Amino acid sequence: MTERQSKLREQHGPWFGEFGGVFMPEPLMAAIDELAACYDECKRDPEFQAEFAALSRGYTGRPSMLTEAKRLSEIAGARILLKREDLNHTGSHKINNVLGQALVARRLGKTRLIAETGAGQHGVATATAAALFGMECVVYMGEVDTERQALNVARMRLLGAQVVPVKTGSRTLKDAINEGLRDWVANVESTHYLMGTVAGPHPFPEMVRDFHRAIGEEAREQTIALTGALPDAVLACVGGGSNAMGIFHAFLDDPGVRLIGLEAAGDGASTERHALSIERGAPGLLHGMRTYLLQDDDGQTLESHSISAGLDYPGVGPEHAWLHDLGRAEYQPVSDAEAMDAFLALTRAEGIIPAIESAHAIAGAMRLAAESPGSTLLVSLSGRGDKDVATAGRWFGLLDEEAKQA
Amino acid sequence: MSRMSTADAIRATGERALIGYLPVGFPDLATSIEAAVAIAEAGCTAIELGVPYSDPAMDGPVIQTATQAVLDRGFRLEELFEAIEAITARTSVPVLVMTYWNPVLRHGVDRFAERLAAAGGAGLITPDLTPENAAEWLAAAERHGLDRIFLAAPSSSDARLDAAIEASRGFVYTVSTMGTTGARTDVDRAARALSERIAERAAATGGEALRCVGLGISTPEQVRDVLEYADGAIVGSALVRALDEGGVPAVRALAASLAEGTLAPTERKGATA
Repeated sequence: MTERQSKLREQHGPWFGEFGGVFMPEPLMAAIDELAACYDECKRDPEFQAEFAALSRGYTGRPSMLTEAKRLSEIAGARILLKREDLNHTGSHKINNVLGQALVARRLGKTRLIAETGAGQHGVATATAAALFGMECVVYMGEVDTERQALNVARMRLLGAQVVPVKTGSRTLKDAINEGLRDWVANVESTHYLMGTVAGPHPFPEMVRDFHRAIGEEAREQTIALTGALPDAVLACVGGGSNAMGIFHAFLDDPGVRLIGLEAAGDGASTERHALSIERGAPGLLHGMRTYLLQDDDGQTLESHSISAGLDYPGVGPEHAWLHDLGRAEYQPVSDAEAMDAFLALTRAEGIIPAIESAHAIAGAMRLAAESPGSTLLVSLSGRGDKDVATAGRWFGLLDEEAKQA
Repeated sequence: MSRMSTADAIRATGERALIGYLPVGFPDLATSIEAAVAIAEAGCTAIELGVPYSDPAMDGPVIQTATQAVLDRGFRLEELFEAIEAITARTSVPVLVMTYWNPVLRHGVDRFAERLAAAGGAGLITPDLTPENAAEWLAAAERHGLDRIFLAAPSSSDARLDAAIEASRGFVYTVSTMGTTGARTDVDRAARALSERIAERAAATGGEALRCVGLGISTPEQVRDVLEYADGAIVGSALVRALDEGGVPAVRALAASLAEGTLAPTERKGATA
């Protein structure tokens, strides 16, 4: 038991149990092989690691703080600690991965970064890295998402990126990924596809996780320093699952710590409008990986639904699928309504406006606190909510008539 | 109806094959069957039926728009088997299926292969299944006597080309350019180099590989150019556009015109020695 568990943190791609792999068209295989080989070098190269650490410190602002949410804890009945990825430069955890991959891209001699984005956080982060590294940047974003995240579209353009609204399929995150892959096939010599989550073909799930691993490593130390013990549970929202893998990873071999991923249940877990890839999906292929995904009997990917563009994805990273099947992590649904209640609760109790994505994790913590009063809950506050103010304003009816038109 | 294998059909043309792609069910099931039969009658050596799929990362805009329309009206995989049966009842050319892998996986690899063979289908072209992930499919193809066609790209390493040649039966799908499907005005020079590399690799291992070039071919002139260095030309987007704009008569006329490009130089009208 001990021996097997000591290996969980050492698991690497391409396979996480029966999940992961590389299911990509042949024209991209050379680029993927090249990327995997380059990343293997980077992992072992102290110079690369030092440069990444320096950027994380001097540009992102790592380590991020751990904030004890005292008033929220009183309301919830458990001790809630927030890992403040919202305080990173660009406002979410996404910058960790983007800086790491930009370094890899530069080493590969690529001069152009392309990315998909849902909420716009990853697109903004990629556009930021492109500006910092002097690279060209194109961001693919579902047309539905460009409408609900108009401010982030403007941010990306300010940073010099070209934003391409994707009008195919369901016009959301998964279709933005398809469009990004098409661009990559056509421009693979100059271009690095900067995947924004722990999904896609190997080496992306492993590489993106590694670039986010500091979240959990810092939080584990900070929690012990603050409380003298490990937390009882670690909670994070899961769309593709990058912030969750980042914070879970340090605790994988601490069997006493529950790891809980919160999936977006949209209209509710009992409805057909949700993004519950693990709970309601079945193993299959999407975007180059084998994982749990929402699909019909013919193997067509189903559309997901969530108020949060960043969680609106019908698949999930393969390492989560593996941790679920192992029973090491649990995945629970949080509906739009529960997430928005938690969004308001945190905002009013602590003066911290979370991203709606992160509000799903807060909601999970509030629920767990009711079940396990007095426990210590470490929550990944993966992003800040500035981008969601319009959505929240509409949800809570806070907008004046004029602003509703805007 | 007894039918030739894909490789035999290509050889029967003197290695000057024309393969036409059309999506199943576009614009509706009956018309897609008529269109497939029409292009076979007009001179296609084999038919490639595409399965509409929700996440077609290798398809360009023309095919994406067509297959999305089919999905939007509620396409079911059953239509594929129905179409193959109807088409193979009326023409003897091999009918291949081009499909992304998840629909096959979901249906069950062996069950899919069994039904494909029972319907008269010749085999599968698998854009997102590479040989290293294909063990289950290769075993099923063997059991049911189906062709399996893998892709080779200009960027493929020699080792990857060897794997594609080894795993393929029927032909090797030679990707003409580093891009998604869609008619291009100028088929990439890379296609010729790749086709020659495949022939060399096959010869080095004492074998032979038929090479059909796809992606970006839309005119009889391009078909003729490709056949200088390959055994077949695959046309997709141009046929889909013709079907969309002018129905079955238009797609039949385009296929007949493309077939002119397959004629050996001496057979061509007005050819000079």
